[in-house]
Amino acid sequence: MADPMRIRAAARDGTVNVRVLMAHEMETGQRKDSAGNLVPAHFISKVTATHQGKTVLSAQWGPAVAKNPFLEFNFKGGQKGDKIVVTWEDNKGDKRSDEAVIN
Amino acid sequence: MKPSSIEKLLAAAALAAAALYPAALVHSQSAVDEIAKYRQQLQDGNPAELWEARGEALWKQKRGPKNASLEQCDLGKGAGVVKGAYAELPRHFADADRVMDLETRLVHCMVTLQGFSFADATRRPFGAGTNRSDFEALGAWITAESRGVVMNVALRHEKEKAAYRLGEKMFYFRGGPHDFACATCHSENGKRIRLQDLPNLTEKTGAQLGYTTWPAYRVSQGELRTFQWRLYDCFRQQRFPELKFTSDASIALTEFLAHNANGAPFNAPAIKR
Amino acid sequence: MKMPRTTLAGLAVAAAAGCAGMSDQEATQRALEVMQASFSERGQAKLDRLNQDEAQKLCSIPPSVVPSKEVTERIEKANLASIRYPADGRLLGDWRQGERIAQSGIGKQFSDDPKVASGANCYACHQLSKAELSFGTIGPSLYNFGKLRGASEPIQRYTYGKVYNSQAFTACSNMPRFGHNGILTEQQIKDVTALLLDPDSPINK
Repeated sequence: MADPMRIRAAARDGTVNVRVLMAHEMETGQRKDSAGNLVPAHFISKVTATHQGKTVLSAQWGPAVAKNPFLEFNFKGGQKGDKIVVTWEDNKGDKRSDEAVIN
Repeated sequence: MKPSSIEKLLAAAALAAAALYPAALVHSQSAVDEIAKYRQQLQDGNPAELWEARGEALWKQKRGPKNASLEQCDLGKGAGVVKGAYAELPRHFADADRVMDLETRLVHCMVTLQGFSFADATRRPFGAGTNRSDFEALGAWITAESRGVVMNVALRHEKEKAAYRLGEKMFYFRGGPHDFACATCHSENGKRIRLQDLPNLTEKTGAQLGYTTWPAYRVSQGELRTFQWRLYDCFRQQRFPELKFTSDASIALTEFLAHNANGAPFNAPAIKR
Repeated sequence: MKMPRTTLAGLAVAAAAGCAGMSDQEATQRALEVMQASFSERGQAKLDRLNQDEAQKLCSIPPSVVPSKEVTERIEKANLASIRYPADGRLLGDWRQGERIAQSGIGKQFSDDPKVASGANCYACHQLSKAELSFGTIGPSLYNFGKLRGASEPIQRYTYGKVYNSQAFTACSNMPRFGHNGILTEQQIKDVTALLLDPDSPINK
């Protein structure tokens, strides 16, 4: 099971600002190890964020995204005390879901 | 500080080409400034937080032959007191009668409290991808607990004073095929290597800037690196043999540099290129 | 290239372990002992790299401490005597190769393959060509080095000699002694000399 994400969400004037730090190697599949072999690609391919069951962000990622990626986004309609859930899936089928309470 | 280094270079260029220098230097200076701006923007979302979370868990986890956690480890301010401890390290510890930096003290606790052998405890000082180092995780969390605390490394005990003096000697030690010392890069103001600014570690401002920003998430490494790693990697680039993890030389140099940084608030884990 | 062994005088000093009341000489000695115990050999970096030659010993000082005239002259004389000029008398090589050597920072580290040629890493400390913005300021700018001096025989000998052994001309220079310490080959030093002096080199445009 992958390491937990760090999620911070703050509501201000009807807009919720969300900052997520994900732990992931984000291996591009183009690097070679010291023996000269290609290190297999291993990266987050899909990110979803939901608020009260409704998708507020949907993203398709690829090898261009850096290791231990940091994602920041805003959405309207959330209130302090609500929960948001962030989920990622990677190209190997690994999955991780974490939730946070909006401040 | 930077304008005076440009002035210094202009003064030194006693030849006609002096007029050609300013344009090229200004171009490089703006490149350095833009990189500084980029680094500011990177502050948010520092992946070091992922190591901090792991470190806190490791501190509290029962491990080793004695199945004990590190929660009774004395980092200098009493058993289990983590807040502010890093800002006072290295220091002399009576129970070991040695000056110890953070990693050395952690090894001591892993051995005495958790029952690990020295070899097992120090098996992986620096991590690589999925091969993680406990010291980097513990280091991230313990140093985060000193964030904002003013550096206060005392030189009270005889051995602390000796360590400082030896560290200073080592700082100026020229050796290896390139004749490099720490001082080669870190003993003058306003210098840089390629486009990387070099803090002058022999005087207050530079030492404060240099020391209070380690450990750091090194983006180029994709890892959280501690001060032990910084010393190890400097010596590698100085063409020296390999600095042993938690060796006496590493502790002496850390004592020298940490004490020089006194008076500034500790500002790590930071993020660096 | 072997460097003379350091002789550890006064080993009894080691007994003053952790004593802050050490004399300066005792502190230097003790620091050396601690260093030797604190490193392990790895790859091509053996422990003999901690043995200092005379210049290294005399130059392990802060910038504020200026060696005496006598010491300075002694260091420069000894290092000047070490310079080996090419047997064929030709000091200028290929500036294109010189630029590659100036850009390369590998060589002699324990992480480097000893079979791969070292670079001189000139850009780490110096400005050279105008086009390269990523340059350091530890050393003076070398832009227009040849344009300002010409490429007469004495200038060629000085330039080659400086790259071979910087301390022949400046005792305790921060610049590595590329020829004397076996970092660069004779051909590589010729190429770097050409980079600096050849009128076609980008440095001189």
